Amino acid sequence: MPGENLQRDQDSLLRRVWGSVFKGPIVPVDDRQRRRTVLDFLILHIHPPTVPVSTIRYTHTWGLGGMSLVLFLVLALTGILLMFVYRPVPMEAYSSILTLQREVMFGSFVRSIHHWSANFLIIVALLHLLRVYFTGGFHRERQFNWIIGLSLLLLVVLANFTGYLLAWDQLAYWATTIMTSMLAYIPVAGLWLQRTIRGGTGIGAATLTNFFTLHTTIFPVLFVIFMPWHFWRVRKAGGVVLPRQEGEAPSDKPDRANTIPSLVTKELAVALVLLAFVLVFSVLFHAPLDQMANPGMSPNPARAPWYFMGIQELLLHFHPLFAVLFIPITAVLFLVSIPYLKYGDDPGVWFISEKGRRMAVVSATVAFVVTPALVLLDEFFIDLPALMPGLPTEISNGLIPYLLVLGGLTGYYLLLKNKYEASKAEAVQSVFVFLFVSFVVLTIVGVWFRGEGMKLVWPL
Amino acid sequence: MPEELKNLKDKSRRSFLSKLWLLLGVALLVELIWVLVSFLRPRKPKAETDAQNTIIAGPIDRFEPGSVTAFPQGKFYLARLEGGGFLALSRVCTHLGCTVPWVPDQNRFICPCHASSFDITGNVINPPAPRALDLFQIEIENNIVKVFLDRTVKRKRYRDDQVTKPF
Repeated sequence: MPGENLQRDQDSLLRRVWGSVFKGPIVPVDDRQRRRTVLDFLILHIHPPTVPVSTIRYTHTWGLGGMSLVLFLVLALTGILLMFVYRPVPMEAYSSILTLQREVMFGSFVRSIHHWSANFLIIVALLHLLRVYFTGGFHRERQFNWIIGLSLLLLVVLANFTGYLLAWDQLAYWATTIMTSMLAYIPVAGLWLQRTIRGGTGIGAATLTNFFTLHTTIFPVLFVIFMPWHFWRVRKAGGVVLPRQEGEAPSDKPDRANTIPSLVTKELAVALVLLAFVLVFSVLFHAPLDQMANPGMSPNPARAPWYFMGIQELLLHFHPLFAVLFIPITAVLFLVSIPYLKYGDDPGVWFISEKGRRMAVVSATVAFVVTPALVLLDEFFIDLPALMPGLPTEISNGLIPYLLVLGGLTGYYLLLKNKYEASKAEAVQSVFVFLFVSFVVLTIVGVWFRGEGMKLVWPL
Repeated sequence: MPEELKNLKDKSRRSFLSKLWLLLGVALLVELIWVLVSFLRPRKPKAETDAQNTIIAGPIDRFEPGSVTAFPQGKFYLARLEGGGFLALSRVCTHLGCTVPWVPDQNRFICPCHASSFDITGNVINPPAPRALDLFQIEIENNIVKVFLDRTVKRKRYRDDQVTKPF
């Protein structure tokens, strides 16, 4: 229509510039405009114009994916602020943090927000993994997105770990020493990997430069690549998994609601509540800062960061080759294979079925009892290397207990499948629950029940 | 017939060319990885000249038999065994790299991180440490003990021939 163009040309300059930036109204008034807005705006474009009503319910997703994104944005913002003050060289790193806390307005506050958001992100991302797993959000078109999600979780942990060293206090220095020493136990490439990451034989200036670059450039860039990929695959799969009740057939044409306002208001609410929580938490609790790093004196006990406590606890029970290599590899292989096993169940029901839910509860309880029992048994009663003095410790304290645990899990799986007639999905879910609860228990033991010299103590 | 032959020739030429592309692609990838790995290879610290890598510990009679002396600047302990021989023990725990202090009351090194302990020869008394403490090389010249820090000697356990005797 040439008439319309003519009309546009006669608009004021301001109106024309505005119109070139925003195609439609900023605040849409009717449903048609609202759907249009979702399509027109870059950020809202991660959503379709309408979403299935049943997926909007808060207790379906718990908003955990969105919370991860919010925490990432908070971390990016506070991280950039911290980079204006922080100096990544050993002689100045610690004092630059003291400067930040003492002389920079809101310095301590910003550091605390960064610290707590990073720790919450690990918890929220893990809970997100649990939610996706227990609602079966890894079947068919979501298979590969499960793998992308696992990669993101690994990135979260690595980003957190590389940030840990930057404070250059005793806590950070020795945690990094311990964690990078673990790499040396990997056969063939371990020592090379350790030297490359450390930038030399010990933790020093080169290590700090490496970690700073990884933490402030490499991992953020990877996040920016992997996160949109993750979101895009969610959209390609037709949004999050549709919830359904047991026995209910999966619906092809679910009722849909407009993304604005139904979904967007809920997302905004979750984001604001989370933000408020993080801010209040950071006001009440400061990020910890220990004495400056002293390479000549290891603190007693020297601890890994809390999310590695499970592995540190494994180290007290298994030969390092198994604690840092074979057991983690087995766990990763199990997690990666989860979407590719053939189940025959449709997704969308929490815990697959009522029976699946009961079995999950039983598995969690069994793991909650068996794991501490095994820890106590190994600590006080059984000394495998002493029982088999002729064998190298890789076998007596590594391969043998590893095979025993693997055999126990296989036995548990077969017992559920054959005696209790669990479906494959229910039995795999039970093993998953067992392993997850075991890992949580090991982490708790490591965090609260290990005292001086790594002896078991009762926390008070 | 000649038409078909021409097609066949075309096909084999095309598949040869696409294989060549693939080869070039792989070569590019290998080169990239090579550049990356060489770029990131740890550099030797500048201070590693011979003079700075050698520590003059002192005259032998300054060290009592059965004593352990710490050298913080060299990151090692000089142990003099009851027999009079010397060992320069790395202070880095062989389990996970913590710094082990010498505890004179118990006559052993005890790692604060995971409670490994080592005797005066560096042998493991208590696991989880998998092997004895690393050694540095020692030379005794005119009754002066010198320790060379450029190389650590890894070992499974203590043997008599690791000791440097003053005579």
